[in-house]
Formats: sequence, structure tokens, C-alpha cells
Amino acid sequence: MKKVLQGNEAIARGAWEAGVTVACAYPGTPSSEILAEIAGYKEITAQWSPNEKVAVEVASGAALAGARAMACMKHVGLNVASDPFMTLAYTGIKGGFVIVVADDPNVHSSQNEQDSRNWARFAKVPMLEPGDAQECKDFTKMAFEISEQFDTPVLLKGETRVSHSDSIVELEERMVPPVALGLDRKEATKYVMVPANVRVRRKIIEERMRKLEAYADVFSRNVMEINDPEIGVISSGAAYMYTKEVFPDYSYLKLGMVWPLPKKLLADFFAKVKKVIVVEELDPFLETEIKALGYKIFHGKDLIPNMYELTPEIVAKALLGKKYKEPKIRIKPEDLPRRPPNMCPGCSHRALFYSLKKLGAFVFGDIGCYTLAAAPPLQALHSCVCMGASVGQAYGAGKALGKEGLGKICAVLGDSTFLHGGIAPVMDTVYNKGYATSIILDNRTTGMTGLQEHAGTGYTLSGEPANMVDYEKLVRALGVKRVRKVDPYNVKNTMKTIKEEMETDEASVIITRNGPCMLHRREKRRFENPYFLVSTDTCRGCKVCLELGCPAISWVAAEGATKDGKKRKGTVFINRTLCPGCGLCAQVCKFKSILPGKAGA
Amino acid sequence: MDNKVTNILLSGVGGQGAILASNILAHVFVEAGYDVKKSEVHGMAQRGGDVTTHFRFGRKVYSPLIPYGEVDFLLAFELLEALRYINHCKDSARIVINDQRILPPAVNLGQASYPADIPATFRKYFKENVHVVKGQEIALSLGNAQAANVVLVGAFSTFFPEIKDDMWKGALTDLLPKKIHELNIKAFKEGKKAFKGGS
Repeated sequence: MKKVLQGNEAIARGAWEAGVTVACAYPGTPSSEILAEIAGYKEITAQWSPNEKVAVEVASGAALAGARAMACMKHVGLNVASDPFMTLAYTGIKGGFVIVVADDPNVHSSQNEQDSRNWARFAKVPMLEPGDAQECKDFTKMAFEISEQFDTPVLLKGETRVSHSDSIVELEERMVPPVALGLDRKEATKYVMVPANVRVRRKIIEERMRKLEAYADVFSRNVMEINDPEIGVISSGAAYMYTKEVFPDYSYLKLGMVWPLPKKLLADFFAKVKKVIVVEELDPFLETEIKALGYKIFHGKDLIPNMYELTPEIVAKALLGKKYKEPKIRIKPEDLPRRPPNMCPGCSHRALFYSLKKLGAFVFGDIGCYTLAAAPPLQALHSCVCMGASVGQAYGAGKALGKEGLGKICAVLGDSTFLHGGIAPVMDTVYNKGYATSIILDNRTTGMTGLQEHAGTGYTLSGEPANMVDYEKLVRALGVKRVRKVDPYNVKNTMKTIKEEMETDEASVIITRNGPCMLHRREKRRFENPYFLVSTDTCRGCKVCLELGCPAISWVAAEGATKDGKKRKGTVFINRTLCPGCGLCAQVCKFKSILPGKAGA
Repeated sequence: MDNKVTNILLSGVGGQGAILASNILAHVFVEAGYDVKKSEVHGMAQRGGDVTTHFRFGRKVYSPLIPYGEVDFLLAFELLEALRYINHCKDSARIVINDQRILPPAVNLGQASYPADIPATFRKYFKENVHVVKGQEIALSLGNAQAANVVLVGAFSTFFPEIKDDMWKGALTDLLPKKIHELNIKAFKEGKKAFKGGS
């Protein structure tokens, strides 16, 4: 049976067909859909982990017990999981173990642009790179076979244009994996990574790499297509698809396995074509290795960009040079107003960041929807590095500034982000006598990646009720004495509480309450009033409410005057269908011109 | 060896249903025996950002992205989001635009103005191949503004006379929950009618 599937859906399908029974992940664009999709297959235990390191540990434990198991993450997630990952390359596996890592070239939704192929070389494990949904499914299944055949974790590389592209997939049945379940205490020397055992395994890794190199030469998805013998392209994944699109007549060596490289196949290809071009996204990974083998390449990163994503026209332009015909320019797109993402109308983050802006604090931010507070008009977030970094950075800044920094520094991070990487730095702030104020923006979900459950929501991935972390008890147990709760929609009280805590020379935590994500279905936020409207009798056109950046509020330019004769250049307008009635704008209006509307009116 | 690939670009604002529309296209063209590829950027679309989907069909499709300047058909759910992709279109491109304005933040804040008469700009380059459809209005007259995307698909279907109405209907009933089948089939028909009524 044929079906159109997204790359991520196809990876999930491949895992199911391969007989996987345990799958773990922390959500991250563009990988999040894999686990959500796997949760639909009842034969697989699918779960959200608090972070990628835990996901890899849990899935590898399942593999050690003989199951086929998978952990999925975005590129930066593997940085978090790199500690278990690097040593699992030594222990090897028992049941097949695959880590899916999805890159984000051009940084559509990430904090950096890194090339995950480097992890494969670094850890000495094989990596497969699919280029469409059919390959996503096929390569997932093959990854489990390779994992078991060579006793190694296998990396499967996704990326935005593969993970989030749909194409036709041939569906197959689920298979029974060949490895029997069970733990064997006699295998301890393989799994206990103490120096004496490590030295034994270290040699096995090198032997395994030699075997994998030989396997790469016969791997059925390393494919040579000889067309024009003049020019041969070595490529993989999406980069192959773009190049094949614009130069269908060139010869190709398409690598389904990007590490290790097939040495004999490369020799064969160089013998069959006159000039070789390497087309790859991001780093000169293949190019460097191919050059190290002693080959001369005609073109590579001298023409193909080493940053952002490739597209068919970027490849065409790079390789054709002056012969590339530019498409017709009818308008200048840079002249058009942009449409950047924004916090939703009624979002509790907007309310909180308005308070922070008014307090003039330097806000150490983190990864989540609230990072959008860095954009105008709020511009109330001043740093963002990685999951959990806000707390450590805020407390570190306080260490540098001493008493001078009191009242000026705070950290913000979401509930899911706090559980991912924020607990240890809060503990450290108390232990090492820092004074950072950490604000946990509890919106009851993992918002940015599409509303995933986590250990603080009270539900599992499959929707079963579960334990719910009590943030207050947790941080008190870490030693935080000053724990406050605020309703972010009450600007006055929120500002007062944050100010007090920032000025106190002691670690403190503020937890927002009453602020579930506006897109949350289960915990839908209901406000007292259904919407607000603007009184054109009194609106002075001061634009203070526009500083909130709420999508429901717009400016209507029209010279005129208020009812009592005060001149104005225009008024604001509230779009009723967008306004959920949070009332934040009414609180900031100095002229009491924003009034509650009545239901049905 | 003829391998003509047809390129359809769908553009709009998060929440307008462009992704469902592209799923309908995929359903229909797969059933018609073509290879298809479809690509979109997820992640922040729900936050009011712009959304584009590249949809391609042919005997064999390689790239999931449409090469710049190679769009055969533009299906735009919002006026400004149509204009943003005018350079992506071939001279021979055929265009359906939903007659709806959704103001971007800079316009809301009074810092930029919404471009004037977008359909006229398109007609300057694409003449009679530009079709403006009042998707919002038609969907509202059927009782649900959310069906505007299917009204647009109905209008768009006119470009592909070889695809029979039953196939479009099949896609709608396969992809949508049962309780909204009737509404969407009506929306599809009305869209088709509106297109035939001229631009």
C-alpha cells in the first residue's frame, strides 16, 4: 500500500515496521513529530523524556535488554545527549539502537546551525542520511539491522527539508526483531566502562570501523549512477535531490551512508568520471575526507556555500556561475512588511515581559516561545543560549557584578525548559550563594514545539494521567527559601514581586500561575471578559498599548480629537475576533479608554 | 525522456488552512498516478507568521523545493502573502488569490503600510491569469469562515480539468472529519463556481 507521509511520519513507520518497542525523545524542531506519530502505534512504548540525555539513556537501557529502541532529537539535543552517546559507542548494544538527529540548516527554528555528521566521525559510529520520506522509512529499518550486525549505536540524520517534506511511501508489515529479550550478567565487561574494560572496547571500535568501511562498499543505498562521464557529483540527502533536479545528466555517487565512507566505491567512481564535484550542505565533511584519501576534486566548498541551507537555485548558481540565468524581479520583496512570528493574543508571556521591561531588568532568557520577547516592540529579553542556560548565566553575572547587580538581573525559563536543564543551576545558585531570581513561566505545556506533555503537566505522551512535578516543593528541596507565585496578568503585583526578589541578596524563584498556553486545549484559559474594545471618545492615540505587540491591537491613523477636544493623530482598534479578553491593554492604558466588551454584544 | 514537473506554491498566514489545502492536493495527484513532493517549514507558523508550502507533481520529483522563479501555479490565501512570492512565478504562471488582508505587526503598529491594490500589480504581469476569489465571504455565507481554504481549492481545481470532481470530493472526505464533509463539499463547489464567474 502507498501513502503520502512526512519524513518524520515515515521514520515513525520505519521504527514500527522494524519491530521497535521503546522510543523516547525530547521535542525539538524539526524532529518533534516522530514521537507524536510513534505514540499512535500501540506496540511501541513511546515517551517524552525530560531531556535528550535521559532519552538516550532510557532507550539504550531498553536496547541492552534486547529490545529495538530509538531516541529522537534535534541537532542541539545530541549535544545534551553526547555524554551517554559517546560511551555507548564503546559498550555497543544488544537489541538495535538508533538515534535520530534532525539538523536545521538555515536555522528556521534553532539557536545554532551545526552539522551533525561530525558526531558520527567523532563517536566512531555509522550514520545514514535519507533524502525523502521513502528513504526515511527504509533507512530507519536498515539502521536497526546495521546496529545489530555491527554491535553499535547508529545515527539517522534528519533535516528540515527531509523531516518536514512529504512524499510517497510504500508501507510494509511489522517484523519480529531477531534478538531475544533478556539481560545477561556475564556480559558485564562489555557494559562496565572502567579503564581496563574501556581499553579492550577501544580496540574493538577500531576493528568495527574497518568492518563498517568494507560494508559501506556493498551497502545497497550507496548508489552510483553513471550518465555523463565528464562530471560526477558526490552528494547525499536533500543536497542530492537539489543537484539531481538541476543537473539530471551528470553522473552521481549518492551516499545513503555518510559515515564511514566507501573507499572502494569512491575509487571506482573517480575511475569512471573525469571531474568530481562534492555537493553537501553545511560543513565540507565529505570533501575533507575524500581529499584526505588523496583524491583531487574539481569543485566543492570553493563554490558551494558552507552555511545556511542549499536550494536548487543555490546549487545551480554556484556551479553555473555566470551562465546562471536570474529569474525576473517584479518587486523588491525586502520592501514588503515582514510577518515575523509573535506571541498569541492573550499570552501570559506578553504580560510578564511587559512587567520586566518596565522594571528595566537585564533578562537572561532561554529556549521557548518567550524568546520572542527579544523582538520589538517588547525587546525585554537580552540573552538566549541553550536549554537551562538562563539561570546559570544570571547567577554568574551576579557573581561578577556583586552588590551592584542587585535589582537588575533575572532569569526566565519555561516549565519544560526548567525540567530539561534548569534544576541543577538553581541548586547551584543556592549552594554557591548566588542571588539570581529565576522566573519559571509555567504555561502547563511545551509550547513552541507544538504542545507536548512533560513531567510537570500531569499527563504522559499517550494521554494517561501521571505524576505532576510540584515546582515549589522541588525548588524548596534544592534549598531555595524565597519562592513566590505571581499571576502575570496582574501587572502591578507582578512588578512588585519581581522587584523585591531581584533586590534581595539571595537565590529566589518566582513561579507564574494562571497562565496556561493560549493554544492549550485541556487547560483552556478563560478570562473574566470575552473581549475588550476601545472608546474612540477618549482614546488619545498615545500608543502605549501598542508597546505590548498584541496582534489584536492595531493603529488607525486619523487626525482628530477626543470628545472633550484633546487633539490626536489617530486611535487604536481592537480586533474582537482575535481578542481573548486578557485585559492587559486595559491595565496599561492611562486614559481608561480600553473597556471590557459584553458577550454577544 | 519527458519529466515535466508542475510546481504549485501555496502561501498564507498561520491558521488559514494552507497545510490542509496542500494535503488535499497531495491526495488528489497521488490518486491521479503522479509522484508528489511537498515541503513546508513548521515550528512557528501557529504564532501568526507566514506559511508557505511547496507542492510538486510529475512522473518523478527530486527536489522538495521549487526552484526560484519556476512556480506554475500560485495559490495564495492572503493578499500580501501572494505579493511576497510574485518573483517566484514564471511569466506563464496562473494565480488564485484569496481577497483577504491580514495586517502584519509593522502595519498594526503604524510603522509600515499595507501594499495598495495587490491584484492590479499581479494583473500587470500575469494579465488574465490572475483570479481573485472572495474565499472568506463565500465561506461565511456557508456558515463557517474556516472553510475559506476549501473554497480556494475549489477555485483552483478549475486549472486541472483532467481531475474529476469525485477525486477532489474523495480527498475531502478522506482527510476531514465526517461532521464537516457537507460544509466542505459545498465550499468546494462554491469556489469552483466563483472562479468560473470570472476574476
